[in-house]
Order: sequence, then structure tokens, then C-alpha cells
Amino acid sequence: MSQQILNLVEQKSLKGEVPTFNIGDTVDVHTRILEGEKERIQIFNGVVIARAGSGTRETFTVRRIVAGEGVERKFPLHSPKIAKIEVKRSGIVRRAKLYFLRDRVGKAVRLRERRGDVVEKS
Amino acid sequence: MAIGLLGRKVGMTQLFDDSGNVVPVTVIEAGPCHVLQVRTKDRDGYEAVQVGFGDMPRRLAARSVRGHVAKLDSKRSKARAKSGGEPLSKAGCEPQRFIREFRGAADGVEVGQTLDVTQFAEVKRVDIVGTTKGRGTAGVMVRHNFHGQRATHGVKKVHRHAGSIGQSQFPGHVPKGRRMAGRYGNERSTMRNIMVVGVDAEKNLLLVRGAVPGPRGGYVMIKETNKL
Repeated sequence: MSQQILNLVEQKSLKGEVPTFNIGDTVDVHTRILEGEKERIQIFNGVVIARAGSGTRETFTVRRIVAGEGVERKFPLHSPKIAKIEVKRSGIVRRAKLYFLRDRVGKAVRLRERRGDVVEKS
Repeated sequence: MAIGLLGRKVGMTQLFDDSGNVVPVTVIEAGPCHVLQVRTKDRDGYEAVQVGFGDMPRRLAARSVRGHVAKLDSKRSKARAKSGGEPLSKAGCEPQRFIREFRGAADGVEVGQTLDVTQFAEVKRVDIVGTTKGRGTAGVMVRHNFHGQRATHGVKKVHRHAGSIGQSQFPGHVPKGRRMAGRYGNERSTMRNIMVVGVDAEKNLLLVRGAVPGPRGGYVMIKETNKL
């Protein structure tokens, strides 16, 4: 009963339509950034290495290499600050958490690409 | 000023506010509450409103509890009627699980009236009284946030102990109030000035920012804050 009430409360903060993407996908995350009065869209590009949580607490982690240094950013999936998630490429992976990518450098970071699948453009 | 309300802590979650920031939220099932009694200066020596929350099956309620909320024939009520005393007004509701009094004038509230969350619709901040989670016998590190002692450098078997508790022959005793291990939790605690995030009148829900004392399912008292 308690959980049902909590789910109901969360309902208002959930996005009606959650963009579909999978672990191992290379995505562009469009985030809204407020600079003074102006709103700007910033794009963070990288590989989705994890998804965690449920309800409003659901998050996903995107990893990319910037100037030879690994950078990971964790986004709340339902945050209104995320304008769009664009799937650029889908990789073939066999696990839900790609933390092993953290230990890889250079060419080894690449994932095998899924071909022939219809990549949904959001 | 609103009287106040009793409720049950449902649990915590997080929501996004208008600017897209995450707000930690405690959901409280608040009310509806029955007004069981109004304390007056001449009769009771102080002013307060007694409020009950949560129905209890009648078979589980003692006779005195049932008689408190509804009209019940008793020797006392008969004696009262005989001597010409006017009958006490009763709420006429089911026996209540959680009963508390809110101090202050009744403000036109009458016995039998029900209070609900709509009274908090305009309120920005509230005080919440709950009973903290009982932790049983707790050590000094948990109970008083002591640091304990070192892991090495000759410390033996006292890594989580307090250390010295006083001096020597002078004063020859441990000062009163010295913080030590013991029962921790399961006591009344008030959180002041908590922001109200939302009110759901239909489901009787009150959303407040941050944590509230007690376990999920614990009973709480909510009143508008007087702290500014």
C-alpha cells in the first residue's frame, strides 16, 4: 500500500515518454543549461555504461574520453533538464553494467556495433 | 492559524521542482482527523484540541476508548444525567489509533468535526513531531558521534570505546551527564520549519521536503510552524 502511494506521488515527476536506449549505445544527451536568463542546450556524447534505480530515481551513466581522460556523467533519466537523448550507434554488449570499459584504453574501448537494427531516432 | 493534523509516514522519494532540480520528499498520509474533545480553560485549566487519527476495529478497543469517541451508556453517564449535568458531546466516530492534543484555542473547531490536509494548502512551512527509530543499546560512537580510538598504536580491544570519563581522586566521581553508551532512539523528536512541497487533498497526502523522524508507518503530528 505504501509503495503504491509513493508510486502515485512520483507519477507527476515522471516523463510520459522515456526515450528508448540500451546499455552500450552511443548517445547524445541534450541537457538544458540556464545561463542567467538564457537557456542553452549542451550536448554530452558518450557510451551508456549503466542504468540504475527505478521511478524518479532512475539514472543512467554516460562515459566518454575527453583529452585522453575518461569522463563519466550520471543523469537522472526523468529530469526535465534533459531535453533529448539521441541514439547515435548501438553496441553489442552482453552485460548490464559496462564498468570493464573503465580499465580499457585506446582502441579497446570500442564496442562491436549492432548492424541492421533500426536505430530509433528520437 | 490552522489547528494541526495527525498522520502516518508513508516513505520517501524524490521529485523534480519547476526548475528541474531534484527535491527529496517525505510523503505523509495526513488525516482526515476527528476532533474528539475540546479542552477549555474553565473545565480543564488549559486550551487545546484533541484529535484522533486512524480507525481501530471496535473489537480491539477497550470500552473506555469506545466511550471516548461515541455515546456509550455507563454508570458514570447515568449518574451525570441524574445530577443534571449536560451530556458530554462525543465525536461519534470509530475508535482512534493515534490521539494527540494540539495546544491553543479551539478557533471555532467543534467536537465531531473532521480536519484534513486542505488546511495546509496555503502553509509554506510546518513543524513535524515524530518518534525516532529505536536503536536499542547503542555504543558511544553511534549514540553521541564519538570518534572512538585508533586502530593501531597499541590500542587493544577498545577501538570503539569512549576513552576517559573523568579525573582521579579529585573529584573522585564521574560528572553527571557524562555521555556514555545506552538506549538510543525511540524518543519524541521535533523537526522544525520543514518546507511543504505539496498537498493532495484527494488522497490526503502531504509532501514535505527532507526527512521526518520515525520509521515508515510511524505516526506523526504536523502543525504550522511558528518559527520564522
